[in-house]
Amino acid sequence: MIKIKIFDIAGSFAENKDKARDIRINIIIPNLDRKEKIILDFDKVESATQSFIHALISDIIKKRGAGSLNNIFFKNCNEIIKKIIEIVTEYMQDSV
Amino acid sequence: MNSVWIGNIDPFIRSFDTSNEKILEITSHKKWVSVHPVVLCMISALGLFMRKQGAKINYEKMEATSKHYFHRMGLFELLNLDSEMKITSHESSGRFIPIKQIKNSEDLEDFIKEMIPLLHLEPKKVEPIKYIISELVRNVLEHAFAPDGAIVCAQYYKKSNTLRLGVADTGVGIKNSLQLFYHPRNDLSAIALALTPGVTGTTKKLGGVSEMNAGAGLFFIKSLAKTSRDFLMIYSGSAMYKLLKNPKNRQIKLIADPLKDHYSSDNQLPYWKGTVIAIDLCLDQTIDFKGLLTSIRKVYSDGKKKLIKERYRKPKFI
Repeated sequence: MIKIKIFDIAGSFAENKDKARDIRINIIIPNLDRKEKIILDFDKVESATQSFIHALISDIIKKRGAGSLNNIFFKNCNEIIKKIIEIVTEYMQDSV
Repeated sequence: MNSVWIGNIDPFIRSFDTSNEKILEITSHKKWVSVHPVVLCMISALGLFMRKQGAKINYEKMEATSKHYFHRMGLFELLNLDSEMKITSHESSGRFIPIKQIKNSEDLEDFIKEMIPLLHLEPKKVEPIKYIISELVRNVLEHAFAPDGAIVCAQYYKKSNTLRLGVADTGVGIKNSLQLFYHPRNDLSAIALALTPGVTGTTKKLGGVSEMNAGAGLFFIKSLAKTSRDFLMIYSGSAMYKLLKNPKNRQIKLIADPLKDHYSSDNQLPYWKGTVIAIDLCLDQTIDFKGLLTSIRKVYSDGKKKLIKERYRKPKFI
């Protein structure tokens, strides 16, 4: 199980899509390839934009299907971040 | 110019004279000038752009007492104009965000960190502000191809408890940005498309998403403005779309199609090469961001489905 602390990379307001893409490409995807489970830990992250969450996970759902969500866990999300993650995962599954 | 706010910005934009590309004339009312920050963004963006093209900036010295505001917002400094004003700068406690040129992702990240303390607002109230700035500026950085990046500034007005924010660029404009996949017939159609959930210039799949974009950013921002019953103005190319204030007695309902909202528009304005966006955000009530996201989720999903369905081909029975 791999834990990624979003705060350490993106800060308390997670909005930098370039950083989200880097997390996805350099950490999430290689670990999913190794059949690892991923914890995206949002502890201390106060807010995130839809664009950030989209850049973080949408391409994984698009390319690997909704089943990829079985191996990604979202931890310590406040209500706002939870909602944004729900929006992104929902519209991505609609698009698959 | 004299008094320009989003509500009455139309005559200001109509009077914007683009006939002489060699000279930028900046003039102002002698006694009284009161403008929305977006006007400062427009002058700055245009000044930077025209100077690069070798144009001259003719600046008529301001006489109005409000000239100090323009000075403090950094207009003269950015354009390297001699304002002939000698002002001792104090600690920024005036609740304003001076004009800032943002050219890349790192600039934006630093800007968001630095600007929030300048507004002296409670943390809950700054959430939507951070969100809006991030989404609007990232749109410029990703879609506008503007060499000068995004020009941003904002001002908090205590009396109305409202934050007024402007973002301007001199990039390719919304119509060109969407041209590749959507072929909008004019600038107003392009703005309407950009406000529609599920439309992004980075994928040809209608209602589809690319690795980095879902066509949701501007729809989120329009929804925020609508929920707080405030103005949102987008000016790009020859068109302007203005989301009007939602009347207080009218229930707020988020709508996917921006042309079904309470709005005004003009499709024959002087051509602005790029995009200008202005928003007002009343902070009287903390926006129920969670509730808003729930509504956005539904409208986004329904709107996207409708958009896709509109392109479905029907069987032809003969």
